[in-house]
Amino acid sequence: MAQERKKRRACVSQGECVACGCCVKVCPVGALEVFRGLYASVSGDRCVGCGRCAGECPASVIGMQEETV
Amino acid sequence: MKKKWYDALWIASLAYLALGFFNILFAWLGLLCFFIPLFIAVAKGTKGYCNRYCGRGQLLSLLGGRLGLSRKRDIPRWMRSKVFRYGFLVFFFVMFFQMLWNTYLVFAGAQDLGQVVTLLWTFKVPWQWAYHGTVFHAGVAQFAFGFYGVMLTSTVLGLITMALFKPRSWCVYCPMGTMTQLICRAKNGKPFREESH
Repeated sequence: MAQERKKRRACVSQGECVACGCCVKVCPVGALEVFRGLYASVSGDRCVGCGRCAGECPASVIGMQEETV
Repeated sequence: MKKKWYDALWIASLAYLALGFFNILFAWLGLLCFFIPLFIAVAKGTKGYCNRYCGRGQLLSLLGGRLGLSRKRDIPRWMRSKVFRYGFLVFFFVMFFQMLWNTYLVFAGAQDLGQVVTLLWTFKVPWQWAYHGTVFHAGVAQFAFGFYGVMLTSTVLGLITMALFKPRSWCVYCPMGTMTQLICRAKNGKPFREESH
């Protein structure tokens, strides 16, 4: 039986994001991008859940979520 | 992460502010901070300027982050609301056009050159020591005084919110950032997409 594992990942509130790109600059694994100047988007595969983007986001619209993988 | 040339643009931002203390006519260079973001947003449909080239953002990041001049608290919810952001954009526009109107009056000869920099849209700070005459019309200098006031005011606001909240809190309500995001929305639509898991 496959074992369930919890993974922390960043989650952006896209409607409130100002697309400044601060999170992109601090992400150590390049898991974030600003999508068409509208909002930041997280690549869940790459995100290691370090939370640096959440700490940097000036609008505080990035939260950390735990997911079962 | 490897540094790129544009990561040093905070020096240009700092130099711009410093030059305004020596010769106000350098204030005209600030138009680059208006036209480049608009050009990138219109031509490419991105906020490339905010994301890469904004010297002011880098400067705030440096002062508030590396130099520790920020409390690093969350910005109040109302300050990141659309009402405040769009309201500030409209207010900024109104004040900008008032500055352009004053410039027009000087060009038209209806008003004398005011050698002051208006800070926070209220305080008229004497700035005659940075004006050494111009070969152009006095209106050229009037625009420089007005525009430098706009740039200095936004820098002061940026520094205040940097100290109180997170380093780049200014980015949340920056009128250029709001405007370029609106342009991107008009150009690209509002295609919310699922984040990949």
